Amino acid sequence: MSTQPHDVEQLIKREYKYGFSTDIDQEILPPGLNEDVIRAISAKKGEPEFMLNWRLEAYRHWLTMKEPSWAHVHYPKIDYQAVSYYAAPKSKEDAPKSLDEVDPKLLETYEKLGIPLHERARLAGVAVDAVFDSVSVTTTFKEKLGEAGVIFCSFSEAVHNHPELVQKYLGTVVPAGDNYFAALNAAVFSDGSFVYIPKGVRCPMELSTYFRINAMDTGQFERTLIIAEEGSHVSYLEGCTAPQRDRNQLHAAVVELIALDDAEIKYSTVQNWYPGDEEGKGGIYNFVTKRGECRGRNSKISWTQVEAGSAITWKYPSCILLGDNSVGEFYSVAVGNNMQQIDSGTKMIHVGKNTHSTIISKGISAGRANNAYRGLVKVTGGADGARNYTQCDSLLLGDRCGAHTYPYIEVKNPSAQVEHEATTSKIGDDQIFYLKQRGISEEDAVNMIVNGFCKEVFGELPMEFAVEAQALLAVSLEGAVG
Amino acid sequence: MLKIQNLQARVENGTQILKGIDLEVKAGEVHAIMGPNGSGKSTLCQVLGGRDGYEVTGGSVDYLGQDLFELETEERAREGLLLGFQYPVEIPGVKNIYLLKEAYNAQRKHRGEPEADTFQFLKLVREKLNTMQMDESFLHRAVNVGFSGGEKKRNEILQMLVLEPRLALLDETDSGLDIDALKVVSEGVNKLRSPDRAIVLVTHYQRLLSHIEPDFVHVLSDGRIIKSGDKTLAHELERNGYHGIIEEAA
Repeated sequence: MSTQPHDVEQLIKREYKYGFSTDIDQEILPPGLNEDVIRAISAKKGEPEFMLNWRLEAYRHWLTMKEPSWAHVHYPKIDYQAVSYYAAPKSKEDAPKSLDEVDPKLLETYEKLGIPLHERARLAGVAVDAVFDSVSVTTTFKEKLGEAGVIFCSFSEAVHNHPELVQKYLGTVVPAGDNYFAALNAAVFSDGSFVYIPKGVRCPMELSTYFRINAMDTGQFERTLIIAEEGSHVSYLEGCTAPQRDRNQLHAAVVELIALDDAEIKYSTVQNWYPGDEEGKGGIYNFVTKRGECRGRNSKISWTQVEAGSAITWKYPSCILLGDNSVGEFYSVAVGNNMQQIDSGTKMIHVGKNTHSTIISKGISAGRANNAYRGLVKVTGGADGARNYTQCDSLLLGDRCGAHTYPYIEVKNPSAQVEHEATTSKIGDDQIFYLKQRGISEEDAVNMIVNGFCKEVFGELPMEFAVEAQALLAVSLEGAVG
Repeated sequence: MLKIQNLQARVENGTQILKGIDLEVKAGEVHAIMGPNGSGKSTLCQVLGGRDGYEVTGGSVDYLGQDLFELETEERAREGLLLGFQYPVEIPGVKNIYLLKEAYNAQRKHRGEPEADTFQFLKLVREKLNTMQMDESFLHRAVNVGFSGGEKKRNEILQMLVLEPRLALLDETDSGLDIDALKVVSEGVNKLRSPDRAIVLVTHYQRLLSHIEPDFVHVLSDGRIIKSGDKTLAHELERNGYHGIIEEAA
């Protein structure tokens, strides 16, 4: 495994050397959105014409769309003209110069998560200079992937080096005009990740955004595209497992996964964007479209997510099960504390025959948070033998938070089997007393109960992510009881 | 070890339940507290164990030379005051072995000892499992989830055997047990008996006491101990019922 913490630490110490060409460093476009801005973004990135046209088309479509309002979330109207659409890479001038300038509370959190000192600085956005040469680590890992024929690079790089792949697959799962935020992303996205696993290849390591540090700094509009060719296999870990302070308010990302015959994609996320303070000030609006298509027979796409951050989460990683015998999975833990609002879930669209899907959703609400599960299971007419199992559990801490479940089930094939189970429970005083009476502190007792509740999902996470997810939960729920 | 003087307690902003309890328990002793429903037996256990929701309105409790009420619930447990629950609580997703180990280590940490070595800890637990005639698969089941009444009670005693309390407070450990399970549980409790450990059994029925022989028996009624004696008091209760004794005391 190459995501050894040691390697990661080394990598994080240095600046990213790939992707952006140096001439656009530190440039920020003035706020506002129009066709000129989009042309400017495309030009800065030196994109081929098909990309520019795709962006413009998306933008024109976006103009005709309305911001969705069906989610169980509330926020003041976003002024899209007040946003700067090219804020990446971030300017270093207004970044804190040292850890002394960073909010002590944030540092305390890092301490609890056990994040090494130098990494804390990076996470807090401190403009640190790379003092550690770890190019060799990256080289080793690039070489190893290269030998296997795996392409793993920034989206910008892919546009330059593999335009035929990008053109073939971009927007085929999440079309440019799919929804309001996806259209906005298509028009202005700054960068993201690109993965291509050739036929029959089992990716020799778990791919992680850890390796692409600048993916953290590409700001609000990232785009990820993963293609698994016939018989290939890849596990992708996304995200930042520590709090990330970000001035940007709106984060509208798009992820597209494509699995061909007998291919398997496992996509794991630990999302921990800044959730805002106790009073609900600040924080990220995380409006993300993630969708995978099981395009081939016997293909499989598995989403695992731990959503702990963001002021508002609007996110429904979905699977379109086109190929016969294809499998879609969704394992989710969504934690909301303080004033956080979460509207998250999945869509499983059964099109092929004998397609199976599993949904395990665990929602945890504390403080005054609102946590909604919204899920669609759709079985189309031709999907003979489709099966779905949905389990949707909510856990409440305290009595000022809310849990909501909105299951949608559409079945057009009589041979389908669809099961839905839902529970809502409260962390009981009796549970906490029981554990305390065994010598366990209240904080540990709450963590133990919450981790037990999430066990089925954590079991799906790669080992090192699972450990961090547990630590993250503990931090997120601090002070939620008692 | 435990000295209760004129203890009075009520449900927070509610009914007065304990109306002046006096009880002294020394190391090596086994006490049985008996009494009819609603006499305050469970409340006494909860108050001593440190459950929220009760208010001590008078009196004092000294545990090992400390004011018990100055200790947090978890500190009491770490100091060896363990409550065996009448209704053991389910903790979904948390393995029995995990809880045992966390509890064991919390205690060790409290005493300034290093955490237990996993291998040795497992060896210790296996021994205790044998005593309780429990299968090793118990360790990997979620705490009390899907356990039968008897299994839950066995699990409570298993925890006691592993955590080795100085004062074990067993609240109706015999309720819900069939005869075979009662024997196993009693055997476990008898294993706990030692010169430096005290046991307080709270029970409705004399039948537990034919398996675990107490040194002292107390009758609790309406929040007070109205009669104390040796094990023959339990037999007397069995013959005459609580009614006779309560009338006699009145």
